[in-house]
Amino acid sequence: MTKQNREVWITGIGLVSCFGEGATHHWEILGGDSAPAPIQEKELFAPYIVHPLPEMDWSRQIPRRGDQRQMENWQRLGTYAAGLALDDAGIKENEELVSSMDLVVAAGGGERDIDSDRQIMAEAKHHDDRDRLLIDRLPNDLRPTLFLAQLSNLLAGNISIVHKVTGSSRTYMGEENAGVTVIENAVARIAAGQSTHALVGGAYNAERLDLLLIQELGHYLSRNCGDPVIKRLENGGGMVPGTSGAFLVLENAEFAKARGAKPYAKVTGVASDLGARDAQSTQTRVKAIFEKLPASRNTVDSIISGASGVKDITEQEFSFLDKQLGSNMPVRATNSIFGNSMEGTFPVGMALAALALKNGKFYPPFEDAEKPARHDPKTILVTSFGHRHGEGLALVEKI
Amino acid sequence: MSGKYADRKGRPIIVVTGMGTLTSLGQGKKDNWDAIVAGKSGVKKISRFPTDGLNTQIAGTVDFMDTEEVSAPAISYAMADATAEEALAEAGFGRDGFPGPLYFAAPPVELEWQHRFSLMDENLDAESGYSQLLEAARRKRHMHMHLLVQIGGIAYRIAEKYKTRGLPISLSTACASGATSIQQGMEAIRRGDTEAALCVASDGSVTSEGLIRFSLLSALTTQSNDDPGKASRPFSKDRSGFVMSEGSAALVLETLEHAKNRGAKILGIIRGVGEKADKFHRTRSSPDGIPVITAIKRALDDAGIEDNHVDYINAHGTSTPENDRMEYSSLHAVFGDKVSTIPISSNKSMIGHTLTAAGAVEAVFSFMTMQNGIIPPTINYETPDPDILLDVVPNVKRDAEVNTILSNSFGFGGQNACLVFGADVVQATSASNTK
Repeated sequence: MTKQNREVWITGIGLVSCFGEGATHHWEILGGDSAPAPIQEKELFAPYIVHPLPEMDWSRQIPRRGDQRQMENWQRLGTYAAGLALDDAGIKENEELVSSMDLVVAAGGGERDIDSDRQIMAEAKHHDDRDRLLIDRLPNDLRPTLFLAQLSNLLAGNISIVHKVTGSSRTYMGEENAGVTVIENAVARIAAGQSTHALVGGAYNAERLDLLLIQELGHYLSRNCGDPVIKRLENGGGMVPGTSGAFLVLENAEFAKARGAKPYAKVTGVASDLGARDAQSTQTRVKAIFEKLPASRNTVDSIISGASGVKDITEQEFSFLDKQLGSNMPVRATNSIFGNSMEGTFPVGMALAALALKNGKFYPPFEDAEKPARHDPKTILVTSFGHRHGEGLALVEKI
Repeated sequence: MSGKYADRKGRPIIVVTGMGTLTSLGQGKKDNWDAIVAGKSGVKKISRFPTDGLNTQIAGTVDFMDTEEVSAPAISYAMADATAEEALAEAGFGRDGFPGPLYFAAPPVELEWQHRFSLMDENLDAESGYSQLLEAARRKRHMHMHLLVQIGGIAYRIAEKYKTRGLPISLSTACASGATSIQQGMEAIRRGDTEAALCVASDGSVTSEGLIRFSLLSALTTQSNDDPGKASRPFSKDRSGFVMSEGSAALVLETLEHAKNRGAKILGIIRGVGEKADKFHRTRSSPDGIPVITAIKRALDDAGIEDNHVDYINAHGTSTPENDRMEYSSLHAVFGDKVSTIPISSNKSMIGHTLTAAGAVEAVFSFMTMQNGIIPPTINYETPDPDILLDVVPNVKRDAEVNTILSNSFGFGGQNACLVFGADVVQATSASNTK
């Protein structure tokens, strides 16, 4: 973790989830006295359950139809959420600020053409030479533009094109961990003076058979159970994927002050690691990650957890949090209401932490087993325990 | 920071102490170097899948590795493992662990047709489609397949095997990724986050679908299917597209102080980096060239290069009509007419375009250029392009003392990253030691 020479503020939030869009809208829905009813699609992908995309008018953030056509929903969602964050930070149409802004995107891969794949599989069923079939079919079946909608770094590319963010552009890949490392990288660069302001986040389209398949190969998906995370563990656990996009504008505090920007909160530390997943190694490693943060049992008052619901590692996480911070801590598992948005999960957690700190109130329990908050939040720990690899923690504090 | 370990801007000098590479020309630095100074091409007729009827039937495939299966993630992992091992051995880090993070330039892997077909065969009676595959997945856990197509999967394996520190970064900036991996290592060291970084890039994605996708974007050459070695012709008038290739490279970066303290041999200096994103188009550069020009200028400035003096340019030089023209005009905008006197060559004339790996592979060749005092040629340069006035070191290697190199990398999605390499420490510090 970088030495924090410069304070890092969150000055913009762009959030899209099954509940709709916008930071204020999300606070109105989530910041009340009781959690909203989950919005889940249970039929279309049965036995799997996903949190779907809300109704979108893409042209509100992606005005050119030509740009919309070059993308599929994953890139549209990320580009849209990025635009919301820029708007929220008051940067959107400021040519000077966007052209010097650093872009760090957490990305997976884009959509396949499911119908085209299906047709090839149908033909391959009785075909002796499947390699031959592929080279006969693919040149005609693949849409040339689809490749660009699939390329991981083209979410960033589209954000540069649509929103003119061009200071620098990096894409980190790799499931939940990419969401952690993009934030860690942007915070480190701002803290060290390598960047003044950055647009950072990710997006995930859960309504994709190709992605459900990848998770189900490892038996990581919950079947027929869309319960919130802790209750789901009683049922054997598993992931409920969720469509969401979350971007943050992070800024050097002095830079933000100079342009009159108002902060949501400050990020005072991000740390992460990788290692063996047995109980002892995991507990030792995560404790060491926590100890890199400027935090203690006495300073952390609330937790936003990215727990996926995958049984072993979720139990490891809750056990760590109990031991490290006490069992009365209010923990809110975002997967319970948003689903798992993989690369987008940690940015969602950071956005929710910032919203709560700015509004001076923590969220009501997302399920019965979560403890109510006893105090207004001042220091929130955001967690990510990847479903298979990697753990990350961040500390977000009130200004 | 100042003194003998600081560069002209008071930052820690970053050196390279270990390198590894692997391309269609062979495994390891020595075999590759011998081949590229001899002007050999690794491009060949594709044998991995049938190609008759396809517009492009050639590639710089790596077919000599023993991989767990023939797929992009498996080949990419095997190559990354080989180059990381070579680099770490040269740097003197064994299996005990590496004292820094891994920055891995990764191909965006996904489930491939062979995986879909194999799942399909497990559930052949069902109606065709993803539901059929999902049902097969539900019946039996396929953990190996799951891990193979995790998009961060290769980096986890390399990080665990070589015991790098922290969560590894899997990054993609398309065809600039290799340069970005080095850039990320540099930035982390300059921040003071670490004294060392392992930068690895690998790309083994010559599958039928991968080739056809690039082909549909009209990016690949369709000439020379019968004479593959002649296909990649950077800067020639008759260039017609790039050749898709496979390869990997790894570089061990550390501060000069860290390297000296442990007695490591110094192979060269990473002096500067420049980046600028382009907002013009998904696959094309701004017609005014400003993003590329800005990236080059930033790299030279970051390196503290005076009077824009470089001894050699390792070109991105993909052999597409547009890239090579744009690269020339941008270089001309930075260096003026003097650009025609700076030797520039494209390793891609011999190894093709190693995509995600290119920037790192070409960094290794750049350091070897300085070490050996030999500039590798641009082969297949038979018909000069009258609009590109460059000394491309045509067809035959050239002996030259090379102390400063600019290396360019550009990628789809408006990605531009340029690096400046130096041969010796004195040069990196000379203007400022007294500060």
